[in-house]
Amino acid sequence: MQRRFVSIWFRRLLSDWQLIRRPELKEVPFIFAAPDHGRMMITAVGPLAVLQGIEKGMRVADAKAICPGLEVLDDKPGRPVKLLRGIGEWCLRYCPVVAIDEFSKDGLLLEVSGCPHLWGGEREYLKEIIERLKSKGYDVRVAIADTPGAAWAVSRYGTVTPLIPAGGQTEALLPLIPEALRLEEAVLTKLHKLGFYQIKSFIGMPRSVLRRRFGEHFLQRMAQALGTEDEMLQPLQVPVPFCERLPCLEPIRTKTGIEIAISRMLESLCKRLQQEGQGLRTGLLTGYRIDGKVVQIGIGTSAPSHNVTHLFKLFQLKIDKIRPGLGIELFLLEAPKVDALNVSQEEMWTSKRGMDNESVTRLLDRVAGKIGPEVIQRYLPATRYWPERYLQRTVSLTEKPVSEWRMDKPRPTELLARPAPIEVMALIPDHPPKFFIYQGLQHSVLKADGPERIEREWWLDEGEHRDYYQVEDEKGQRYWLFRSGHYGGEQKYKWFIHGFFA
Amino acid sequence: MDLKRELVKKLQQDILLWQGFKPAVANATERIGLGQIELAFPGGVFPKRAIHEFITILPEHSAASDGFIAGLLASLMEEGAACVWVSTSRRLFPAALPAFNVRPERIIFMDVKTEKEALWITEEALKCEGLAAVVAELNNLSLIESRRLQLAVEESGVTGFILRKDPGKAVSSLATARWQIRPLPSENEEGLPGLGFPRWQVELLKVRNGNPGSWVMEWSGDCFTEVIPQLQDARWSEQPGLQIG
Repeated sequence: MQRRFVSIWFRRLLSDWQLIRRPELKEVPFIFAAPDHGRMMITAVGPLAVLQGIEKGMRVADAKAICPGLEVLDDKPGRPVKLLRGIGEWCLRYCPVVAIDEFSKDGLLLEVSGCPHLWGGEREYLKEIIERLKSKGYDVRVAIADTPGAAWAVSRYGTVTPLIPAGGQTEALLPLIPEALRLEEAVLTKLHKLGFYQIKSFIGMPRSVLRRRFGEHFLQRMAQALGTEDEMLQPLQVPVPFCERLPCLEPIRTKTGIEIAISRMLESLCKRLQQEGQGLRTGLLTGYRIDGKVVQIGIGTSAPSHNVTHLFKLFQLKIDKIRPGLGIELFLLEAPKVDALNVSQEEMWTSKRGMDNESVTRLLDRVAGKIGPEVIQRYLPATRYWPERYLQRTVSLTEKPVSEWRMDKPRPTELLARPAPIEVMALIPDHPPKFFIYQGLQHSVLKADGPERIEREWWLDEGEHRDYYQVEDEKGQRYWLFRSGHYGGEQKYKWFIHGFFA
Repeated sequence: MDLKRELVKKLQQDILLWQGFKPAVANATERIGLGQIELAFPGGVFPKRAIHEFITILPEHSAASDGFIAGLLASLMEEGAACVWVSTSRRLFPAALPAFNVRPERIIFMDVKTEKEALWITEEALKCEGLAAVVAELNNLSLIESRRLQLAVEESGVTGFILRKDPGKAVSSLATARWQIRPLPSENEEGLPGLGFPRWQVELLKVRNGNPGSWVMEWSGDCFTEVIPQLQDARWSEQPGLQIG
């Protein structure tokens, strides 16, 4: 069978992708820039910026001078390849072999031998690809030819037709410029210097002459485009999902039956995870009932694990949620999220107690599985003074505090979620109160420390500052009181209780 | 006769061991820093494999109990061990813990909605050998539930602290020790103004096989110190025979 190749060229891969994510950029000229030798260089240009005369490879400073309202976005190395990989995996619907264009990294190469007739011919096939990608927001040019090189050339530089008939690649290439042959910069300059502006002006020359002038690689590229030499494509490998199936001879209805099914599937799944050095982070058990309904339970772990007993315990907590109905005939166990697992040598006798202790992470998994991950909280110090914002919540078990816990000022062991208003009698302005009434009880203050003034974070919210006093009443009970605002200021000041000291 | 007495003594020792009390050893590492209070426990050792119950009626009491427990956690959580704090309505402010030598980031807080969930987490956490201690704010604890917690502790060796607000139901639990901590007026040296170190009336209402008692304790910066009430010297002017007129 005649081999056929399709080349898909994304004319503005990055800017199209950005416009899909942020449609509001349609009205703004924008560019992508990355640092290069200490200056910012443009790597991709948005459609409006192109109209302003901005090109790829310019300096950002120059572009800003041309177009003052230019939005500059950061470009990450490797992002085009990542995008192409995603689109390439989607393109597997058109043919089984999809490769990323390794030369320019802005397109895909598809080997489509024997596929186009399923879409009703090559013209419809290409139309379908263009339209589907266009509906998603990508502007592409495609071409089909006998060789990847010819398809690449026509998709980028062709002006007549994207459909190159079998054996017609030589004629199609003749009027094209030398850039269409995927050559290095140095060779291209040499060709231009010698006055070769079209492929037909040098294609008929003896090979020995061309080799001497332009090197072996030049000849290889030409042969690949013409079809006299094979080109190997690196097809995209789609990872095999971690998934186990268990069809049942008889429909399963009992808890014991489901438990046996889970443990059997877990055993083989964990074996594979272990061989590949991976650990499960989320697991999904799907049961297909004989009445056509689907039941599902999921688990999550805080650290990757391929331990059968631990994962089984997590599933066990949720088995009660499965309604087997008339019975389940097929079980499916998937691991949508896995992480690399560093297997550490287990210590048998000296189990170290700590945050990363295995039994602690398992406890957290069980709690998160049964009640929900939101109940687990850990706090780190934030570099702020306002008491309600002093603590920073974290979900990670290993995150270390960035700053030290402050110990210079006394803080109460119990803090009220909302400060409660109290009635106060203070003898002298700016002194601690003489007595106060909280929840109907009168406390006379015998000892007091303070005030400690804490200013509001004015960039976040408006309001009065607080003057905190640490007071002790006649029974020895210690409280944290504050006055909101200045004593006798323009605004009305108020007294509150905010906490209890040990 | 002697043989019989020795046998009984041996049996008593065994029972103590099973109940989580370590035999008396003058080992400094086993100390928890409570001084005289430790002598109230059988063998003179603070039981770590046990459930300790704290009765708190007023919010001021629970603040004092939090401080006292934090002082105990400081020595229990040595060498980077972690602690779980289970609660349905938590008021503890973690920023206060560094004053008691406890690093708040090593405490995992679990704030749940219902008492039932809190109880389940407490039992699971007490079974977890990697933890140093579990603090649970539980109000309704039946005899059977407290027995389950005790069994979990005996196996794993985790210290359990239970804070209860309802004193009426306290009788029906199986805790090894029952405490009540109340704040006392602090004292400053030389009559300096302001507040002194936190001072508490520590009452040990019940100890299994031990001697209940009452002490005055102070958290003096980085350790517990017992405060022995001093009889104030009578002033010369109040002494009989020295009075003028």
